[in-house]
Amino acid sequence: MAAEITLPSPDAAARSLCSLYKQYGYRHFRMSKFEEYDFYARNKSFLVGGSIITFTEPGGRLMALKPDVTLSIVKNAGATPDATQKVYYNEKVYRAENGGEFREITQTGLECVGALGFYDISEVVTLAIRSLDLVSADWILDISHMGFVSGVLAHLGASERTREALVTAIAEKNAPYIELICRENGVADEDRDRLCALAGLYAPFRASLDTLSSLSVNDQTDAALSELEKLCRVLEATGLDRNVNIDFSIVNDMNYYNGVIFRGYINGIPQGVLAGGSYDSLLEKMGKRGRAIGFALYLDLLEQLRAPGDRKDADVLILYDDDTPVGEILRLRDERAAAGERVRVQRGTDAGVTAARIIDLRGKGDGADA
Amino acid sequence: MLNVALPKGRLGEKVYAMFEQAGKACPSIREANRKLIFESEENGVRYFWVKPSDVAIYVERGAADIGVAGKDILAEYLPDIYELLDLNIGKCRMCVAGKKDFYDDRERVLRVATKFPHIAREYYAAKSREIDIIKLNGSIEIAPILGLSDVIVDIVETGTTLLENDLAPLETILPISARLISNKVSFKFKHEEIEALRAELARICSEG
Repeated sequence: MAAEITLPSPDAAARSLCSLYKQYGYRHFRMSKFEEYDFYARNKSFLVGGSIITFTEPGGRLMALKPDVTLSIVKNAGATPDATQKVYYNEKVYRAENGGEFREITQTGLECVGALGFYDISEVVTLAIRSLDLVSADWILDISHMGFVSGVLAHLGASERTREALVTAIAEKNAPYIELICRENGVADEDRDRLCALAGLYAPFRASLDTLSSLSVNDQTDAALSELEKLCRVLEATGLDRNVNIDFSIVNDMNYYNGVIFRGYINGIPQGVLAGGSYDSLLEKMGKRGRAIGFALYLDLLEQLRAPGDRKDADVLILYDDDTPVGEILRLRDERAAAGERVRVQRGTDAGVTAARIIDLRGKGDGADA
Repeated sequence: MLNVALPKGRLGEKVYAMFEQAGKACPSIREANRKLIFESEENGVRYFWVKPSDVAIYVERGAADIGVAGKDILAEYLPDIYELLDLNIGKCRMCVAGKKDFYDDRERVLRVATKFPHIAREYYAAKSREIDIIKLNGSIEIAPILGLSDVIVDIVETGTTLLENDLAPLETILPISARLISNKVSFKFKHEEIEALRAELARICSEG
């Protein structure tokens, strides 16, 4: 493992991220800890894992500790399609992932909702990269496009169930499984090879575009490809394309996400630290018009690679007993503290305390050298 | 340096032989001792032996970049990893087995003894069958004989153990074999190393 890498603390990272987002004119979004449970229940599959902590309010309403921020931002976004909302947040959310236990997770990110144009999409992707770069120079951003994946799947004309199985197989980069599904469902060899190529693709952004144009099958995939091409040009122009790859194994729920989606990784952290994408379909589901894109960073993960902290409780430990004159303790303590040292005073032994140095005043009774 | 989690036991030995053939030899691994970690700096690889059912955990959490795990473990625990290759070894089947004269009475809740509750639950849920799972940790075959369960869901290799106990495989749930798996983030940061090894292993597999 690359143990020599160290990262900023989650708090420090969150502070620099928030000031970055402010520079781009994003407004701070603060939300309450609770929402009505019904609100999440209606959009349950949008939430990863799906488990939510609920409780009943004195008034009888069923409430939930917020498991997510995006849904609340979208709910509060104006219904007028020509207004744009750009917000960032740094919030704690509560949920159980992969059937595990409930955890408090710190989520920092931004959302851009409303009358968006291509510039806004590229700004959010750019900010995702800049966010990773603020945390560590050794990052990777992988980009996928839901339009491309669903276009290729639509081209097969296969059943809903087959398509779902294929999405799982693509997410696992599992070529043997794709072949099996295709065999069982009578998918043509040409389509099977296209799916395997799509799942296996992992290459730098620019280099992938040629492969993608050879895999494009219909208007939907053509549109996705042209959006990716435009995005690639923007990233190249800003010099941010160096560690950006195309990877279709990132697949989010197709009921909510539709366009560009992405994940960010930091070398040495075995899970993704950033996830995001455009989710116009969620907006539509919630009865709003317009487009939406955003991302979140999971800064708690940075703890795994933090510089080892100071392993001492104090620089100086002063031990005393009932015979030690208080004046002597005070004089010594102030003297060491004035020298810039952390001083801890304790009666009895040094049990349970680690200090660089111990000054023992025990057994120095009255009259000794008060 | 590629960190590889190998399943302890016979399957692991076979897998190591394939990795060796693929240019990832680490001679110290063949020495008879009780060490758990073996490293070959020149071939850029570090191996460690872990319990077969734990390989996926080491890989998912990034303690190992890649590893080899049975499809049974992957289907049961659904770890968040890439499944890169079917190594075509350690082949067997996940089966429903029961007494030779088993009659499935659809009016009763089916009692299923198994080490793989998730696989069993999924399989019967797809058939809309109500079941009662009895989670055991070993000697599953004895459950239907003693009337603890109606059937078992377990791995069947040759079927000899079943036959000797007057049991028979009734339905196949899924074929099992050893898979090359990768941590999702390691796959990105060590892409060339992992991809080269995958390609080499794929070549060795296809040559049989």
